[in-house]
Amino acid sequence: MTEQEVIELIDSSLAEEFELARADMTPEANIYEDLGLDSLDTVDMVIVLEGAFNFKIREEESVRAIRTLGDIHRFVFEKVSGL
Amino acid sequence: MPLEKVVVTGVGIISPLGHSLELLTDALLAGESGVRNLPELEQVGGLRSRIAAVVTGIEPKLIPRKLRRSMSNMSIYAYLASQQALEMATFPAEQLSAGRTGVVIGSTLGSTASSEQFFADYFTDYSLERMKSGLFFQIMGHSCAANVAQSLGITGRVMAPSAACATSCQAIGYAYEQIAFGRQDAMLCGGADEFHPLTVATFDIMHAASTGYNQQPEQSPRPFDAARDGMVCGEGSGILLLEKKSIAEARGATILAEVVGFATTSDTSSIATPDVGAMYECMRLAVEDAGISAAGLDYVNAHATGTLQGDVAEAEAIRQLVGNQVPVSSFKGHLGHTMAASGAIELSASIGMMRRGELAATRNLQQIDKACAGLFHLQQNLKTQPKYILKNNFAMGGINSTVIIRSIKHD
Repeated sequence: MTEQEVIELIDSSLAEEFELARADMTPEANIYEDLGLDSLDTVDMVIVLEGAFNFKIREEESVRAIRTLGDIHRFVFEKVSGL
Repeated sequence: MPLEKVVVTGVGIISPLGHSLELLTDALLAGESGVRNLPELEQVGGLRSRIAAVVTGIEPKLIPRKLRRSMSNMSIYAYLASQQALEMATFPAEQLSAGRTGVVIGSTLGSTASSEQFFADYFTDYSLERMKSGLFFQIMGHSCAANVAQSLGITGRVMAPSAACATSCQAIGYAYEQIAFGRQDAMLCGGADEFHPLTVATFDIMHAASTGYNQQPEQSPRPFDAARDGMVCGEGSGILLLEKKSIAEARGATILAEVVGFATTSDTSSIATPDVGAMYECMRLAVEDAGISAAGLDYVNAHATGTLQGDVAEAEAIRQLVGNQVPVSSFKGHLGHTMAASGAIELSASIGMMRRGELAATRNLQQIDKACAGLFHLQQNLKTQPKYILKNNFAMGGINSTVIIRSIKHD
């Protein structure tokens, strides 16, 4: 997958799950303050991403450091690229 | 110890026949049916009953996502009905979080649809890794009560009685007692249930579901009728706002009715088959609690679901209580059996009719079964001004419940 395809799949998956407006989904958007997610949502976010990309990330430390949508883009792209 | 008087100041309805007390009352008085053939029931192997009364025309997405994520349909119905009840009562918003307002709302089970969704996935590889965070909140036994309290910011007592078809009748009674004993000043109370094929199956396997009217759905169920062949599942929610009378009067609320009597008993003769004596005793205790005599009743809204045994037993119990002097009808012929919601929906509709001065006849009661005769069955609507109304609900598990309300028009 290209980076753009990864970003598109992340954004479309999260937009559907959390009923987000795509216009609000900028890389700088803080997932808590700007997109309105909370701790229960982050549990579901991990499941949605695992389902979309067919990987396991629940136990990864770096997931907990995610704050922005851009953080998710980078984290997932590195994961699927095997970086 | 002196008891506080308890009044109804708001009613909310999500039902197969409309989503407000006014619409429901209109539909019942017009003799409408909410029962439909559901083609998807043909996909369930061994299920003979293919009809139900389901809720249509609601928009769950109007509920904010963070409130909705923990709700299955039954909690959505309960939340929407609760909002209606509070609006009708013009209930002061600040009272919701003052600790003196509570919630008593029950359902038969947690969400069967959500359970099915989870287990369908779980059984593929016995993994929990795809289980989302909202699931537990939809299948827990107090899902409706907790979701209503959370979403409306209600901080008082929260209870979730679960007694199948008697659930919301009990909920109203328990709310009445909370206020009467001075423990709370206001309670949102009632019940909710959502349709699922397994609910129909529960009754079908016990030969209690209607199976002979799949192509004429509006002709079933048929409470007290000679051609009845069982109950029809429904869904929805009925929520009443009960308040301490003195507080409701002080804030100038419109009082819809007063709750004056309640009884609930356990019939240990059978977990499934109703007993006439136990039903009679429950009604007698409620009449006693209301401080009236049975002769003082002006209308009985029967549980009468259209089953062969249940209707006969209830008819006999009512006959023993009031003979043929008091009008009796059931709304199951219009609404099907809305399960845990039925007590609250049907009591609410009775209040609506009491205020309009007209009682709805039992839909589909064309030829009274001889075993159900000897009552003042309403086969036509009756214009009257009832003062005391008795509402029954009887449930699998041997649970009986009766609530009595009083019109304040006569004060």
